[in-house]
Amino acid sequence: MSSTAMDLLTWVRGPGFVIAVAIFLFGIVLRLIEIYSLGRKPDLAVARTESRGSGGRTILGRSLPPEGMLKRSPITYIGGYIFHIGLFITVLLFEPHIELIRNLIGISWPGLPSPVVDAAAIISIIALIVVLANRITDPVKRFLSNFEDYLTWTLTLLPLLTGYLAYHHLFLNYTLMLALHILTVELLLVALPFTKLFHTFSLFAARWYNGDISGRKGVAS
Amino acid sequence: MSYDKTLGEALRRQGVSRRGFMKFCATTASLMALPPSMVPAIAAALEQARRPSVIWLSFQECTGCTESLTRSHSPTVEGLILGQISLDYHHTLQAAADSAAEHAREEAMKENYGKYLLIVDGSIPVGNPGYSTIAGISNKDMLLETAKGAAAIVSVGTCAAYGGIPKANPNPTGAVAVSDLIKDKPIINVPGCPPIPVVITGVLAHYLTFGTIPELDDAGRPKVFYGETIHDRCYRRPFYDKGLFAESFDDEGARKGWCLFKLGCKAPVTYNACATTKWNAGTSFPIQSGHGCIGCSEPNFWDLGGFYKALSVPNDPVTLVAGAAAAAGVAAGAAMAMRNRKAKADAKSKHQTVTIDDLEK
Repeated sequence: MSSTAMDLLTWVRGPGFVIAVAIFLFGIVLRLIEIYSLGRKPDLAVARTESRGSGGRTILGRSLPPEGMLKRSPITYIGGYIFHIGLFITVLLFEPHIELIRNLIGISWPGLPSPVVDAAAIISIIALIVVLANRITDPVKRFLSNFEDYLTWTLTLLPLLTGYLAYHHLFLNYTLMLALHILTVELLLVALPFTKLFHTFSLFAARWYNGDISGRKGVAS
Repeated sequence: MSYDKTLGEALRRQGVSRRGFMKFCATTASLMALPPSMVPAIAAALEQARRPSVIWLSFQECTGCTESLTRSHSPTVEGLILGQISLDYHHTLQAAADSAAEHAREEAMKENYGKYLLIVDGSIPVGNPGYSTIAGISNKDMLLETAKGAAAIVSVGTCAAYGGIPKANPNPTGAVAVSDLIKDKPIINVPGCPPIPVVITGVLAHYLTFGTIPELDDAGRPKVFYGETIHDRCYRRPFYDKGLFAESFDDEGARKGWCLFKLGCKAPVTYNACATTKWNAGTSFPIQSGHGCIGCSEPNFWDLGGFYKALSVPNDPVTLVAGAAAAAGVAAGAAMAMRNRKAKADAKSKHQTVTIDDLEK
């Protein structure tokens, strides 16, 4: 008798989840403290320009393509935007996901109908594949890519893909696919603090810092 | 009842009309997703079939499976086939007891050796044979002995199929499923707590008509009955897709019949026919009566983490471990910070000041 699927589901919903959350939180707290405790030498020079607001403007500005870049690198910008928005919709607006968040931290919000989330998920998956193809075919991007880039791409794709396949009952039975879906999310959680996926937490702080320090040095945005 | 009587004769003797019999055959064919052209074939096969000898062994169980079969409001053809015609031995139901009952079992085994169907409900304790015995025979010994001459075994109920509640953590009796002990016979699992009665007779009819057991899934269940999840066949599914959920058992959503996912319904991972065949002569099923599915036809369903926890939330408490992990993160982060500061301070102290004079030397 095979009860592997249910056993795996029980493990990923139980000990597996606890382990993943523990490593995730440990890593996030560790890295945030490490980064913020580095500090900088006191800047004794007089600021070259009035830099107030420069950090905030950079957070916004870097989210938009600089002039001409959209034409030069459309896949990076459009693919990147589509993927990220699709991912946010899939992760944060699917009812079972919201129920998980409510269970963990007690806050919740209305979700979207599942066919809408389904569409967002498949659009995200396509966008991920397109940006990967672009990364591989573009000689500069390929040169700049290392193992970590492909690892994080895979770790991001798997939860989306398994979630999509589970919802549509494709390839494996639902129980096993759901278990794999949760397992791949747990792998993502474990890897997130220690890879470039940490940009989830560091992105806006880094942009603010770059904008602010550049502002002080005379290139306020 | 003599063994040479055909099933058709036996049923007529019980007062089942030809119409009632054909209706049963048609229902069975449609339940098993067979084409209508198969109905006469089933009828002919069942009509001519010598009454099947069925030995029913009850081990660590609650009698719910037998209740499910026998306590229907009106006697059904499936009830008659199983309960009054086929059973040679069922220690819960039969009037005889102790050695007389055991004699009936031995006789049935001898007369139909290699041909009888063995139905088992209940799990088998292997921790200590004394946990469950019948006429002084341990469940394990009785199963092994009776299984030897069986054509096939039907594990009725989740206890026989997967261990069920006796096997639930911490499994005090060392309970195991039939398939854990018997490896050389075809075993059909008909899980459920209890299982749907018509599934059992469907399996029986399939065996009598085709001489084979139905196609099984990877958990040993007949695919015709356990091929789809209850969630996929649930009449409340549109509410799930729309995002309309009952948040408690007495809120507006519950009164409007919205989806019970958030109240712990396990229908998405439960493969069973409840949503289609329903219970009590097609009257209703748990979700229809306002309670989520508890997943009773799935292996180890008692240990899935709570009947009232949504499928997407964790089984185990997370807060304490999460707090400890965050605290460990603070400590490790502080250690990192100290190390980085020390590296910085060391670099600073090793820094040599170079003056113009030094350079001009």
